[in-house]
Amino acid sequence: MVRSGSGEVGQSLFEIDAKGLPYVDLNAKVRAAAASGAKKIILQNVCGQRYIGTRVYPYGPVEIEVYGTPGNDLGAFIDGHRITVYGNAQDGTGNTMNSGEIVVHGRAGDILGMSMRGGEIYVRDSVGYRVGIHMKEFGSKCPVLVIGGTAQDFLGEYAAGGIVILLGLHQDSTSPEHKMNFVGTGMHGGTLYIRGELRPQQLGKQVTISEVDEQDQQTLDRYISKYAAHFNLPKKQLADSGNFKKIQPTTKRPYGHLYTH
Amino acid sequence: MKSYSLPDFLIERDDSRCIRCRVCERQCGWNVHSYDAEEDKMVHNEQDCAGCQRCAVFCPTKALIVRPHPYGYRPNANWTKDYLSDLKKQAETGSILLTGMGNDKSFPIYWDHLVLNASQVTNPSIDPLREPMELRTYLGRKPDRIEVLEDGTLKTVLAPQIKLETPILFSAMSYGAISFQAMESLARAATEFGTMFNTGEGGLPRSLRKYGKNAVVQCASGRFGVDLEYLNTGAVVEIKIGQGAKPGIGGHLPGKKVTDAISETRMIPAGTDALSPAPHHDIYSIEDLSMLIHALKEATNYEKPISVKIAAVHNAAAIASGIVRAGADIVAIDGLRGSTGAAPKSIRDNVGIPIELALAAVDTRLRQEGIRNQASIIAAGGFRCSSDIVKAIALGADAVYIGTPALIAMGCTVCQKCYSGICNWGICTTNPYLSKRLNPNIASRRLTNLLNAWSHEMKEMLGGMGVNAIESLRGNRLHLRGVGLQEWELEVLGVRGAGR
Repeated sequence: MVRSGSGEVGQSLFEIDAKGLPYVDLNAKVRAAAASGAKKIILQNVCGQRYIGTRVYPYGPVEIEVYGTPGNDLGAFIDGHRITVYGNAQDGTGNTMNSGEIVVHGRAGDILGMSMRGGEIYVRDSVGYRVGIHMKEFGSKCPVLVIGGTAQDFLGEYAAGGIVILLGLHQDSTSPEHKMNFVGTGMHGGTLYIRGELRPQQLGKQVTISEVDEQDQQTLDRYISKYAAHFNLPKKQLADSGNFKKIQPTTKRPYGHLYTH
Repeated sequence: MKSYSLPDFLIERDDSRCIRCRVCERQCGWNVHSYDAEEDKMVHNEQDCAGCQRCAVFCPTKALIVRPHPYGYRPNANWTKDYLSDLKKQAETGSILLTGMGNDKSFPIYWDHLVLNASQVTNPSIDPLREPMELRTYLGRKPDRIEVLEDGTLKTVLAPQIKLETPILFSAMSYGAISFQAMESLARAATEFGTMFNTGEGGLPRSLRKYGKNAVVQCASGRFGVDLEYLNTGAVVEIKIGQGAKPGIGGHLPGKKVTDAISETRMIPAGTDALSPAPHHDIYSIEDLSMLIHALKEATNYEKPISVKIAAVHNAAAIASGIVRAGADIVAIDGLRGSTGAAPKSIRDNVGIPIELALAAVDTRLRQEGIRNQASIIAAGGFRCSSDIVKAIALGADAVYIGTPALIAMGCTVCQKCYSGICNWGICTTNPYLSKRLNPNIASRRLTNLLNAWSHEMKEMLGGMGVNAIESLRGNRLHLRGVGLQEWELEVLGVRGAGR
């Protein structure tokens, strides 16, 4: 099935060989494929090309499969597309994303899901710094990040909404401790669910930590099931391997008393 | 705690003129005026008076005079009334001083030390009433060279350009900071005149998207209201890095101003603080900026120029060079006197450099590096009249942003209470009772009148200099001379002293 260059494989299935293509050219091809009615676009030999999916507007939604290593800002601004990466993702994945789904069969870098307003991102392994920064929710839109492993500092910083779930599968389940600091700094909306040890001094000043209730458990069940399905892992084992803690902001107006006039 | 503050303004009411119509009472959002039915007279409590002059203007018998309070403090060149009253407020609250509009301190205004040239004898001046005079301006990246095919068509593929009928755009003012009516007025005036308004960072309300062809849509650190539809609605996408009134800091639209309509446009829940972080958290370097510039180019299919707006700071020239090299098509520079809906006073009054110096430094630097053609320059912050703009063009600006002049045209009196949510002129408020008094039919007419008047004046000045297109003045500093400036200032401005 794989041909050199790019071309139409089925009626709505396109395959593009990204080898050696600058991102401008690759993304133009992806856009053209979507414009001609592609429903699924497979990108082979991706190596560092940025902004995959961003230019597919106003077409779609489409399904994009990425084989290789995409560059920064994968799926930035996307609205409804579904992107699956068979490899690691870099920085800025899902930047200011509006809706859709990104699934990463590997790890992802810094500022994953920055300012995202809707859609879901699943990362099989761990992620970098400032993940989920300034995520927000609005109306029926509620962005969700599900991360299999752990994260670096400033997880959920400035968050104004959304859900971040850290499964803590990165280590031996007997001591799943997280190393990150400043969790939820400046947070004023949304919820972080973290499994594994987290000391109070690892948290920002604007958040409190509490136990999960039944409703939280339902939310967790729903997204853990999806995570398990995406990565073909046994759900029961994922759900049972420990308890989650819930982290939420203490106020939705952290700077309410800062000013005089 | 008892406040030791004295009122800022004194209200004098001529009772012999007052007809008890109670207009002043209805016009004042600060509840300064009230009617005493028992005595059948109007009374006032000036403690909260902002000095916005709404009541004085609308008093049908001109019975009101509102003027700065004479105070009782002993005169002191060091401890002026501003420092005393600010300090008392802080002693009473322990909080940061918040203010609105631009820097009101007496920093040098270089426009007032620059004079324009005119033709005498050796080359004729031009009368714009009799001869064509061109103010039309194109913003966007210009090619290094142009190739033309034999049939006369252009071989070179041009980067996206936007066409303006006058080199004046309306500055970024966000929905939420200003009322819907004010934004609609700006949008309609820009569309009618053939220039652009700027959404600021609060998104573009759906009902104003029909003005998208004349909109600069901003993408700021909060990413409020930013999605693909919004980005593709505008004619230019502007990355807001900084603002002249508050370089280096972000913004907080207080939760109480985030009404349902604001919430829908910004795409955030009503009642939450809308926090714009100080930096974009995906931009910690010029390389990162380049990444966002190109992300936005991808998001708009390379069809729109991307602008980057910064505050004028010490290293503006080097930063602008980085911005151009990062791929921006327009660089907007906002000076020390740039205005705002809300800023900490300590920042507004002390951070940044005057636009005249920053603009000259940036233009000089980009020329020296041979990259001036790669981006247009928009200067912002502190323009008061058409001659300021003509001087800015001569210093190297392609166009200017005007914010405060547009607000004043609509009725603003620069009372500096924009942060409060109360604006008796209906401009800087989201309170429906106050905002509905700004009629977009009238306000947009006042704005197009201003653009008309200034454009006419600019043509007169150009004609006087003997040039018939704004393009001939752009960056032509020989048309300027300095008066009362020191050597270093002349050097930065790149102009000669008068008489030389």
